[in-house]
Amino acid sequence: MEIVLSLGIGILTGSGVWLILRPRTFQVIVGLSLVSYAVNLFIYAMGRLKVDAPPIVGSGLADPADYVDPVPQALVLTAIVISFAMTALLLVMLLASRGLTGTDHVDGDDGE
Amino acid sequence: MTLSWTHHLIVAPVLLPLIGAALMLLFNERRRLLKNVIALSTASALLVIAILLLRGAASAGFAGEPATTAYLIGNWPAPFGIVLVIDWLSALMLVLTALLGLTSLIYSLARWDRAGPRFHALFLLQLMGLNGAFLTGDLFNLFVFFEVLLAASYGLLLHGSGPVRVKAGLHYVSINIATSLLFLIGAALIYGVTGTLNMADLATRIPLVTGSDLALLQGGMAILGIAFLVKAGMWPLGFWLPRTYAAAVPPVAAIFAILSKVGIYAVLRVYLLLLGGDEGWTASSGEEWLLFGGMATIAFGAIGVLAVRTLSHVAGYCVIISSGTLLATIGAGEGAVLAGALFYLVSSTLAVSAFYLLIELVERREGDTALQTGGAVFDDEYTIARGDQEDEIGIVIPATIAIVGGGFAFCALLIAGLPPLSGFIAKFAIIDGLLGLDDGVATPIWWLIGLIVVSGMATLIATTRAGIDLIWTPSDKPQPVLRMAEALPVGILLAVCLGLMVFAGPTMRYMERAGQSLTDRQGYIRSVLSAPPAGAGSMQP
Repeated sequence: MEIVLSLGIGILTGSGVWLILRPRTFQVIVGLSLVSYAVNLFIYAMGRLKVDAPPIVGSGLADPADYVDPVPQALVLTAIVISFAMTALLLVMLLASRGLTGTDHVDGDDGE
Repeated sequence: MTLSWTHHLIVAPVLLPLIGAALMLLFNERRRLLKNVIALSTASALLVIAILLLRGAASAGFAGEPATTAYLIGNWPAPFGIVLVIDWLSALMLVLTALLGLTSLIYSLARWDRAGPRFHALFLLQLMGLNGAFLTGDLFNLFVFFEVLLAASYGLLLHGSGPVRVKAGLHYVSINIATSLLFLIGAALIYGVTGTLNMADLATRIPLVTGSDLALLQGGMAILGIAFLVKAGMWPLGFWLPRTYAAAVPPVAAIFAILSKVGIYAVLRVYLLLLGGDEGWTASSGEEWLLFGGMATIAFGAIGVLAVRTLSHVAGYCVIISSGTLLATIGAGEGAVLAGALFYLVSSTLAVSAFYLLIELVERREGDTALQTGGAVFDDEYTIARGDQEDEIGIVIPATIAIVGGGFAFCALLIAGLPPLSGFIAKFAIIDGLLGLDDGVATPIWWLIGLIVVSGMATLIATTRAGIDLIWTPSDKPQPVLRMAEALPVGILLAVCLGLMVFAGPTMRYMERAGQSLTDRQGYIRSVLSAPPAGAGSMQP
């Protein structure tokens, strides 16, 4: 499972960084989204990987080894919401920029 | 143990603007008077609360008690629950934020709040994010408040719309989202190694990290540092700053003057608390990066300030010089140097903020006074038609040119750091501290002192050149109209700078204690981790 997750994070980050460095606004936005997915998975992995373990402790004394760390899950939830909102804002700006400058180049002109 | 009501004031700088902003959404955008009243009263209340908190911290601190107070939001003990922490530095930053917030808001009421919709709500959220970032006691909430203040700043930067702002905004938002992702990676790495995000708890655990975890932790700290330094505008990460700030409308640029200081604050707080220890590997890590990075930033800012031709870009490079000076002095040493750096932080932030407000007044003589507004986006938007500005009510001040010119000269002296104003006292305190360092004055320190002096001179040349151009050149244009709402905030900011100069003694004592408290890591850790929950004993979680 470790290898699958780390490959997933690596591929997402790699493609995301490549897209962020592209000159078109839409590519940049997709790139930022991909990197934010990678970061979310990464935060999740930082709580150690464990299968079939609940993050909430039931009643009574419990052995922490039976449970997965709940903090990274809470962090990921916050991070997802924030990056989702930012992507939405960036999409609006993409459209505004396209409308005002007539091009989808990040600098507002194609340099012709 | 029952807590006095003043203890609960700590959470007010976050709650109050949030409530104010939420209240705004209930009312139609055309009810401007109501919105102005809500925004103004919230901003004034914030200033009063910030001053009360500052007095509380100072009176406790000077009386020999710990000035650091932790507030347990969910009433869970510190490493587990979320804490807000106020100490010398946080209280100082809160007052600075509230002051800049109030003055920028008053200024915006003269005309700029009508350049686009939802200005007041965004403005209050901006203040909330800033206050939260200065108060929070754990890394992840620092991220959340960074996002709040950034999200509000995106909206404010786009206030007024237009191709220039959208273009600058697109770059600003992309860079900051990428930076936030770096922040998350850094925080996640630190959590993965230490298992905590509470800063006080981190400070006790980080020196104990050994073996292969150490590389991960150091990597995490470095990535986190990059995120902070992008915000602070360190060369080469601060390339976006002058253009972005120049694109914003003046009152927004004036409040943005403190945004880069959030990065500086984060460096001060996290770096000094987590890596400032004397034990193990934390004893020396990163100082030289801050020192040399800061020096490169000063040089970049000094060259930039001479190269650019418009005043708003000059102000942007002044922000960069100020950031560079602060970063380099933080890297150079502790104690007396830190006190000088904090004094400089306050003085330069106020001066640059006043400068951004003045620029528009000075340049108004040159160009037209028409607001550049985009078309209406929302149904209930209040927009002013061009040329429809006669109906604006406001007390018109005579002798505009004398006032604006005088303010401009005052500002230029402050930013350049010439005697007798507070900018000079701040730079003098920094240089005096640098010369008195324990381990002798090394070559890089001489370079730093030289750069600080040269950058002041570059600023002076740039502002003088622009001032001669704009104020002395005869022009047959009609004399501009200056409203009370525009002159007052600039006056307040400059008066506070004057106050810093007159009361330099007490202010410097405060800064010295703030500097000492930053290096007193054990005091901070003790205050936060031993903060008792309200009603402790009767309520066991």
